[in-house]
Amino acid sequence: MSRLSKVLIGIGLAVVCFVQLLPFYVALTTSLKPKTDLSSQLALPGEIFFGNFASALDDGNILRAIVNSIIVTAVSTFFVCVLGALAAYPLARRGTWVNKVIMLVILSMIMVPPLSILVPLYTMLSKMGGVNTYWGIILVMIATHLSLSVFLYAAFLRTIPSSLEEAAKLDGANLLQTLFYIVFPLLKPVTATVIILTGIATWNEYALSSFILTKPDVQTIAPAIASFFSLQSSNLGAAAAAALLALAPVLIAYLFLQQYFMKGMVAGAEK
Amino acid sequence: MTTAPLKPSRGLRRSATRGGGYVNLLYLPALVLFAVFMIYPLISGIGLAFTNWNGYSEARSFVGFDNFARLFSDPVFATAVRNTFIFGIGCTIIQQVFGLGLAIALDKPLRGRSTVRAIVYLPVLVSPIIMGTMYYLLLQYNDGAFNDVVVAFGGERMAWLADSSMAIAIIVAVNSLQFMGISMIIYLAGLQSIPEMYYDAASLDGATTWQQFRYVTVPLLQPAFATSIVLNLIGGLKLFDVIKILTNGGPGYSTQSVSTLISTTYFDSQSAGYASAMGVALFAIIIVITIIMNKVLGSRKVEA
Repeated sequence: MSRLSKVLIGIGLAVVCFVQLLPFYVALTTSLKPKTDLSSQLALPGEIFFGNFASALDDGNILRAIVNSIIVTAVSTFFVCVLGALAAYPLARRGTWVNKVIMLVILSMIMVPPLSILVPLYTMLSKMGGVNTYWGIILVMIATHLSLSVFLYAAFLRTIPSSLEEAAKLDGANLLQTLFYIVFPLLKPVTATVIILTGIATWNEYALSSFILTKPDVQTIAPAIASFFSLQSSNLGAAAAAALLALAPVLIAYLFLQQYFMKGMVAGAEK
Repeated sequence: MTTAPLKPSRGLRRSATRGGGYVNLLYLPALVLFAVFMIYPLISGIGLAFTNWNGYSEARSFVGFDNFARLFSDPVFATAVRNTFIFGIGCTIIQQVFGLGLAIALDKPLRGRSTVRAIVYLPVLVSPIIMGTMYYLLLQYNDGAFNDVVVAFGGERMAWLADSSMAIAIIVAVNSLQFMGISMIIYLAGLQSIPEMYYDAASLDGATTWQQFRYVTVPLLQPAFATSIVLNLIGGLKLFDVIKILTNGGPGYSTQSVSTLISTTYFDSQSAGYASAMGVALFAIIIVITIIMNKVLGSRKVEA
């Protein structure tokens, strides 16, 4: 490659990085300046002001929202993994026509846009008393993310020979023993993918949670930020601070687990 | 999928598969959840689409195909469908161009390339609500950084989101920038799966860099193209979060997607029956597009 094209590629990549980081930088400078500071967003604050973070924590209930998100994400992701792996086992190992039809139905669930089932889902949940409850949103999150999990586990299981399971069976292991001692330990790599995809998706979910969770004490971060933002259109410093606080857990996870995130996403997309 | 390397003897195979249908019990919990929270809502949504239900009262009556007929004569729905396609197709094109470009640039050994990959990919993990909030800051009339730059170059301050075509372009741009990292890593994985010897053979035969790209890289990236295009297209057609935070469908109804229009029709206009009809239409649009794209791009299954 010529020197010139190397330089051009370098400049292009630098511009892309600048554009990708700009919103984060501007959110940071805005959050650290008082409302009276009229300097450009691009300028760093003269002295650091924490009042916006205080109002995000006090008025925006952001800590509560982060705790809610942790609860909803952890429980939903756990069940998406367990129920997904359990469901995938017979679907991958017993190719009867009934199972093939069931697999096809589960796969088509991936395509359902959340808003297309909003009206009946919300109606049903409010009849069940599940609106503004943890269990309501967790059941909905499990159901809407389970199909991808079943698919990924089934695809992975088909690449593992069943000879180990047969050996376990000959040794007298029953089905549950075989699953827990032989099969599940083999599923670790695909489980990492499922945890990352489901974890990120439920942590950020807004389309359904914004309707199911309207009360601040149960709201997860995406609906909480959106409602705080719509109330704070005159106080954008506080909105920026809230956005950054909600970002922090994801950024910390990304910093430590970067490689897993990218690999997980590719594995999820390629299957 | 590959077949098992070890073929068990016939007797063993039978004992494993005929071991009893009770293995199928393992998918019952998943099926119950799907039935209650996905399939029942889908079917009952179709039922509601034939009523004039307002969303909360007991009263509802069967109105036949009225709601579907109304979809075809409703200018607001027509705008939402048009916008939905602009979001879907616009984002897909931008993300392929940037995703493939970045993947090619970052496939070669380069100082700092893992940092660049990490930065490009970072917004993928961020909630579109948060991403939208941060871009909203940049687009402020009085002290937004965009207007500062415009003024610095002697231009006039703009109300970026007040003009509907500009707002649509901004929504497409924000969503594309946020998710082009997904396309990038799909193409990177695709590029890394092409054996180096194909390029060696091509250059021995005297192929130029462009010819190598056109006749080696592009055909062998076919599965990556299929995955990335279908994924981005479905994502764009479902677009909801970023519109809600940046414009909430406005000014007027001019930036609504079908998804955002469903939510306003249900919760603000209290036309649950009509909103259900829109939901059925959205699902139908996505299924038809997915089937067509899978046919066009090769019979590869692609999932989110």
